[in-house]
Amino acid sequence: MTASAKPPQPQLQPQSPPQSPQSQPQAPAPRPRRRVRPGRIAQYVLLSLGALVFLFPFYYMLVGSFRGTTAGDLSSAVPTGLTGGNYSAINGAISLGRSLLNSGIMTIGVLVCTLVFGLLAGYALAQLRFRGRGTVFAVLLLVQMVPFQLLTLPLYVLVVRDYGLGDNYLGMMLPFAINSTAVFLFRQFFLTMPQSLFEAARIDGASELRILFRIALPMARPAVLTALLLTFIGPWNEFLWPFLVTKKSTMEPLAVSLASFLSNLQGTVSNPAGALLAGACVLAVPAVALFVLFQRHFTSTDIDSGVKG
Amino acid sequence: MTVNLESAPAVRGSGTPARAAASAGRRRFGSRAGALFVTPYALFVVFVFAVPLVYTVWISFHRFYFTAPGTHVDSPWVGLSNYRDVFTDPVVGQAFLNILVFLVINVPLTVGLSLVLATALNAKIRFRSFFRAAYYVPYVTASVALVAVWQFLFGSDGFVNHLLGPLAPNPSWLVNSHLAMPMIAVFVTWKQLGFFVMLYLAALQNIGNELYEAASVDGAGRIRQFFTVTVPGVRPATTLVAIYAIITGANLFSEPYLLTGGGGPDNSSVSPVLLMYQKGIEQAHPDFAAALGVVLVAFVLVVSLAARKFTERGN
Repeated sequence: MTASAKPPQPQLQPQSPPQSPQSQPQAPAPRPRRRVRPGRIAQYVLLSLGALVFLFPFYYMLVGSFRGTTAGDLSSAVPTGLTGGNYSAINGAISLGRSLLNSGIMTIGVLVCTLVFGLLAGYALAQLRFRGRGTVFAVLLLVQMVPFQLLTLPLYVLVVRDYGLGDNYLGMMLPFAINSTAVFLFRQFFLTMPQSLFEAARIDGASELRILFRIALPMARPAVLTALLLTFIGPWNEFLWPFLVTKKSTMEPLAVSLASFLSNLQGTVSNPAGALLAGACVLAVPAVALFVLFQRHFTSTDIDSGVKG
Repeated sequence: MTVNLESAPAVRGSGTPARAAASAGRRRFGSRAGALFVTPYALFVVFVFAVPLVYTVWISFHRFYFTAPGTHVDSPWVGLSNYRDVFTDPVVGQAFLNILVFLVINVPLTVGLSLVLATALNAKIRFRSFFRAAYYVPYVTASVALVAVWQFLFGSDGFVNHLLGPLAPNPSWLVNSHLAMPMIAVFVTWKQLGFFVMLYLAALQNIGNELYEAASVDGAGRIRQFFTVTVPGVRPATTLVAIYAIITGANLFSEPYLLTGGGGPDNSSVSPVLLMYQKGIEQAHPDFAAALGVVLVAFVLVVSLAARKFTERGN
C-alpha cells in the first residue's frame, strides 16, 4: 500500500514543470487499477467473513445433530462419531411425523388461500374498476404496517373462545390465510401487463375469471413463485399463534413441539442437545432448501416491491 | 405510516389511461367482477385485522374475563383503570426500556452491516449467488430452530465460551442481566440481516453510475464515495429498514420466550408482547394485556415517526 501510494505525489507538486506533462497522462491510467485490487480483496474478505458468521451456526447445527454425544465444546464442531440416533430420539419425544404433517397442512392451506384469493384480489386491484378499490388498496398498505402480534390476544379470544377453533387447522390458518404482501406483489405485477391484452380478450367474450387464469396467470409466474416463497416461510416458521391455539400435542406444528421440547422435555432423551439440533434441522431444511433451489427466481427487486407500503 | 409513496402513481396509472369506449365497457363489467374478486380479501381484512383491532380497544376499557364458548359473563366498563394498571406496573416500564435497548443496538447495526454488505455484494464479483444465499439463509429459517443453535453456541458451557476461555462473561451471555437483551438484539440483527441486504441491493440499483463517475473525477476515493453517494442515495431504503426494525422490535416474542427463558434474568429481556402473553393468557388478565397492546401501538407510531424524521433529516 505505502509503496503504491507514493508515485502520484510528485504529480500533485506543481514545482516540477518539466516532469508534469509527462507524468500527468500516465497517472490516471494506473490509478483505477491500483484502487481496485486492494478493494477487491477487502471485498472478498468482508463477504467471506460475513458468510462464515452466517453459515457457521448452520454447520454447527448439522454436525451437532449427527454426533453421538453433543456437547458445547469446540470438539463438537468436528464431524466424528456420526449417528442418526438423535433423529430417532427427537422423533420419539415429539412424534416428528405428526408435527411435520401439522406444519404441512397449515402451510399448504395458507399457500392455497393466498394463491387463490390473493390472485383474485391482486388482479382486481390492478386491472379492474370497482367502487371501493382505492379503499381496499389503502387498507392493504395499512395492514402490512400493523404489528401482527398485537392482534394475537383479541384474535385468541375470538378464534379460540368465541368460535371454538382451538386445536383446529382452520383456527391455525385463519390469521395468515391471505398474505397481504403477496396480494401487493400480485397487484404490482399485474399492473405492468398491458391493458390492451386484456381488452382484446374481453372483446372476444372471455370472462374476467378466464382472463385471469388463462392470460394473466401464466405471465405472472415469477411473481407467483416469489409470493409462494415469501408466504411459505410465514406459517412454516410461525411460533406464537399455533402455540396459542393448540393445546393437544397431536395438533402442534413442528415449531411449537420443538419449542416445548426446548423448554421442558429435554430430560426425556439421553443426548438432549443433539436431539434438539436434529429437530432444528428438520424444521430448517424445507425452508432453506426451497430458497436455495429457487434463489434465481427470488430477486431483490421482488422483495423491494413486496415491502413497499 | 406509509413509507414509500412510489405506489401512488401506479394506482393512477392503472385507472387514468381512459380510452373512453373500452373503459366504459370495462367499468360496467369490471365493477361487478372486481368487487367480487376482492371480497374474500376484504372479509379477511375485516375479520382478522379490523375486528380484533377494535376489539382490543374495547377490551382495554372493560373488566374482561375469559369465558368458555357459550357462557356469558358481564364485562363492566372500567374507563382508564386498565391503563392506570399498565402505567404503574414496573415490569411494563422495564419491557419498554428493553425495547429501546433493542432498537439502539439493532437499528444502527442492521443499517450499517446490511448497507456495507450490500455495497460489497453489488459489485460484479464471483460467487455472488453463494454469498447472497448465505446471507438470507437465517432469514428464511424458523426462529425456534435458530434459538436452539444459539442457546448451544452461547450457553454457559457453549462453543463461544470455550473459544473465549477466561474472557467469557460471568454470568454467561444469556443469563446475564446486562447481556441478555443485547444478545437478543444481536440475534435478531443476524437473523434478519439478509432481508435488509436484499432491500439495499434493490435500492443500490437506483443510484445512477454517473454519480460515482462524477465523484471519482472529483477525486473521491471509494470510502468517500460510499458516504457522499451511496449513503444519501439509499436514504428511502434506510427509512424503511429503520421502521421495519421498529416493528420487529415491537413484535418480539419468541426470542425472549425461548432464548432467555421467558424474559429473564429478572425481566431484563422481557418484551411488551411477551408481557401481553404472560399477563393476558398465563395470568388471565386479558384487559390488562389489551391496554398494554394499545400503548404498544402508540409507542410504535411515535418511534416510527421519530425514526422517519431522523433518517430523512438530510434531505
